Amino acid sequence: MMRRGFERVRAFFGKRRRDADLEAELAAHIDFAIEENLARGLSPEEARREALARLGGMQQAREKHREARGLVKLDIFMRDLRYTFRTLRNDPGFTIPAVLILALGIGANVAVFSVVNTLLLRPLPFPEAQQLVWIAPPPTKCGLSCATYSTDAYDEFRAGTRSFQDVTGYFAFSGPENLSLTRNGEIIPATSIDVVANFFQVLGVRPAMGRLFKPEDGINGAPPVIVLSDAWWRRQFNADPNIVGTTLDINHQTVTVIGVLPPSFDFGAVFAPGTKVDAITPIALYGAPRDWGNIITMIGRMKPGVSLAQAQQDAAAVAPRMCWNNKYPQSCGQYKGQVVPVQLKDYISGRLRRSLIVLWSAVGMILLIACVNLSNLLLARSTARSKEFAMRAALGASRARIVGQLLTESLALAVLGATAGLGLAWMLLYWLAHQNSVALPLLSTLRVDGAALAWTVLIAVVAAVLFGLAPGLRTAAGNLHESLKDTGAGSGQGRKHERFRSVLVVTEVALASVLLVSAGLLLRSFLHVLDVDLGFEPTRAAAINAVYDDSVPGDKTGDLTERKRAVIFQQMIARVESIPGVQAAGISDYLPLGQNRSWGTPLPKGVTPPKGNIAGPLVYVVSPGFLRAMGTGVRGRDVSWNDGLHSDHVVIISESYARFLAGLAKWPNGDALGQILDNGSPGGLHVIGIADDVREESTESDTGWQIYYPVTQQNSNAAELVIRSSLPPATLANSVLMALRSLNPKQPASEFRPLQTFVDHANSPRRFFMLMVASFAGLGLLLAAVGIYGVISYTVTRQTQEIGIRMALGATMGRVQRDVLSGTLRLAVVGIALGAGVSLAAAKLIASLLFATSPWDGVTYVAVALALLIVAAVAGYLPARRASRIDPMVALRAN
Amino acid sequence: MPPSKLDLLQGTLDLMVLKTLSAMGAMHGYGIARRIEQVSGNEVLLNQGTIYASLVRLEQRGWIASNWGVSGNNRKAKFYAITAAGRRHFEEDTIYWRRLTGVMDRVLDLNDEPNVLPGVEGETA
Repeated sequence: MMRRGFERVRAFFGKRRRDADLEAELAAHIDFAIEENLARGLSPEEARREALARLGGMQQAREKHREARGLVKLDIFMRDLRYTFRTLRNDPGFTIPAVLILALGIGANVAVFSVVNTLLLRPLPFPEAQQLVWIAPPPTKCGLSCATYSTDAYDEFRAGTRSFQDVTGYFAFSGPENLSLTRNGEIIPATSIDVVANFFQVLGVRPAMGRLFKPEDGINGAPPVIVLSDAWWRRQFNADPNIVGTTLDINHQTVTVIGVLPPSFDFGAVFAPGTKVDAITPIALYGAPRDWGNIITMIGRMKPGVSLAQAQQDAAAVAPRMCWNNKYPQSCGQYKGQVVPVQLKDYISGRLRRSLIVLWSAVGMILLIACVNLSNLLLARSTARSKEFAMRAALGASRARIVGQLLTESLALAVLGATAGLGLAWMLLYWLAHQNSVALPLLSTLRVDGAALAWTVLIAVVAAVLFGLAPGLRTAAGNLHESLKDTGAGSGQGRKHERFRSVLVVTEVALASVLLVSAGLLLRSFLHVLDVDLGFEPTRAAAINAVYDDSVPGDKTGDLTERKRAVIFQQMIARVESIPGVQAAGISDYLPLGQNRSWGTPLPKGVTPPKGNIAGPLVYVVSPGFLRAMGTGVRGRDVSWNDGLHSDHVVIISESYARFLAGLAKWPNGDALGQILDNGSPGGLHVIGIADDVREESTESDTGWQIYYPVTQQNSNAAELVIRSSLPPATLANSVLMALRSLNPKQPASEFRPLQTFVDHANSPRRFFMLMVASFAGLGLLLAAVGIYGVISYTVTRQTQEIGIRMALGATMGRVQRDVLSGTLRLAVVGIALGAGVSLAAAKLIASLLFATSPWDGVTYVAVALALLIVAAVAGYLPARRASRIDPMVALRAN
Repeated sequence: MPPSKLDLLQGTLDLMVLKTLSAMGAMHGYGIARRIEQVSGNEVLLNQGTIYASLVRLEQRGWIASNWGVSGNNRKAKFYAITAAGRRHFEEDTIYWRRLTGVMDRVLDLNDEPNVLPGVEGETA
């Protein structure tokens, strides 16, 4: 049987030779028969007739032979396909717009499907990814700094829980460009993340080369090792295949490269969207970091068969035993209720779910509009071809054959459109995957994969059936005699077509208006976000990571180090401020909209702490002038170089934190300025200034609290030098770097980042979704305009005769124009009303994505309605003008 | 054509063709058709055209092989011959047919018995 199937397929492809063979064979057969008949004494004609009769007809013999030999159904399909391609080639005026419309619809759908698939549907790129959980308190306004745990807390959790195979984490507070790689005399900045040594085992990441971390690598005093990311290995080390085992000079230490990560693992893409992480280093949890407080995130891998609920129960049971620091028994139990495992995937992309669903619906609507448009085009075509089909039916083609032919046509169009659309999607995805600055997780892993291909095939087939069915059924249901008689103008059949086409136009306008309303609402939200008072002034300010060496050999207390650092900072600021164009300069160890941390909540003396968990103020250790350089207003005074180790310890606190404290303390004038806060030290903290609230976590969330300590009194672990200038910041980049190098030759060529880039980075997901939905809405509007134009223009063509008669009877050009235009606008109004209704009903879906904008925002609705009316008027005006130019004499002579 | 001719059952033509080729050696299509008509005593309603569908089926299964040759009266024709596999299949099929027709005979005879029994009773009476 296998063999016969194979032979049949072969026969399908080797038709010509086999047919020639059969012809010769049949000719021989007839000759034999005639010869025999002649011998029997029949006349030549009789002999031939008899021979053919006995054979049962040449054509029948051929058909039977082919049926037995090849694949007949496929033969018919191929014939239809060839015919289809021929007709499509002969009608480029139809084919090109049809394929283009489909390509846009399918391309947008495949691209968005890939995004949705990567972010929502597909598991994270780790083995058994459903076992991975992110362990953190319920979301609060202090972000990552509240989502971290101390070494002792981590240890207790790891040892005390039963539902996890293992628990790992990473150091959450290292800034960008925390590495200086010295290579061939050049100093190159790079970014690394410190992870707990079992990090890769827990995630299930295997090295592309060399090895990843072993427990020994995380021991205090272990020889320093580093694992390179695939991208950095390629970029910085030219994909050197012998890199493993070599040493690098990093931060003036000799560090051994032990391995290279696979391209599939990108720390930034998963845990810190929109940032690049070049290398991973192990953290020595049990050295100094033990006393640093909450520094590491927790990521766990549940045992097989353990449910999330069980893990959560387990975690909640262990939480009260976890201590911030085992040395301070009073710090035990503070994590109660603050240790909640959630699916790692939900943590990474859960909050994007709504946006992605909206995006998906938007492209779904684009596809619908595209299908409606194509139905329109095909309908116009099939009406024009109804005589052709009637003729074929009259010649014996079955109705099924004709519908089959029409569906073959739509399928062929869909395949062409899908191929072009796939190309489009590929380009779009390539572009998206290289948007490094968009803070969306997993974006760099986007590509057209098997799932996307399957999705393409699925929507192409669905689209083909959707837009092919209407004209197909219409033709099939059509009456043969009517079609042959129907001259196309004003007959009953024509009117029915008209109604159907009106429905299509209304649908299109309605879909486009839903899209436009969503896009409008998102655009207004985005504009509102841009208007938010950030608490600092991002324009004309920039930051650079300054490198310094504050080590003092033999410094026991750390005081000397602190003094040296203050001197270095003072010199840096003085040097940079002397550059022409620099108005202010200052240093902080963290920047808003970047990393952050908190050190508990200093309260007024003698006040009982309020019940419940308070998210403490975020800590910034700043130099004098930093707040001025940021553009953050201060009431009271700035920190000064004179606030030394032995003078009063001072802080500046943010407005809302000050209000909270005033509410607790019942100060005489209700003002925190000048008051003293208790931080456990004998002198307390003197509040010397109240600063504007800063949006430090995101531009959209509520402002948290901030507290600013002077660098002269607190340990600072990095220096972000912020410069405010009267010139565009970029023009200063070189002179600032030169100034820093003149003080410290080891200063790497760190990136000079305008503060606006931090804001843009924070806004990038919203901008991204807004732009996507807006472009889809624009596309929808364009398609709808084309659709309206097509239908009205076609209607005018069909009514040429009728218009001609009316004009002959005295209708003016203006009258004819008005009639066509008002017909168009009537359809548009119905469509807009319908679309507005749907938008109002769907407002709930989009409401959570809006910022300071009502989902029933009147301005948006009115603007959308106006825009659509104008587009409909323009699309209807062109055919209306043509209608009014009809020459009655010519029109009446036609047909 | 006389109405009493037999319509061919599905599959029987293939077996007849195999039998013809196994008995007569290589033959062309017309020869096979004529031979079947003659052997059946003109009792089979053979549409000669169907022989070619049967031949292509058998050839695709590898039971017969074909070659262009020259006939006795010097005409170019395609000659078919049974292959070893075809011969094996023919033997199996023959046994199958024999069994089937035997069973059919017995079943059909069995159905006649009730008609015989009253006659037997009549004899004893």
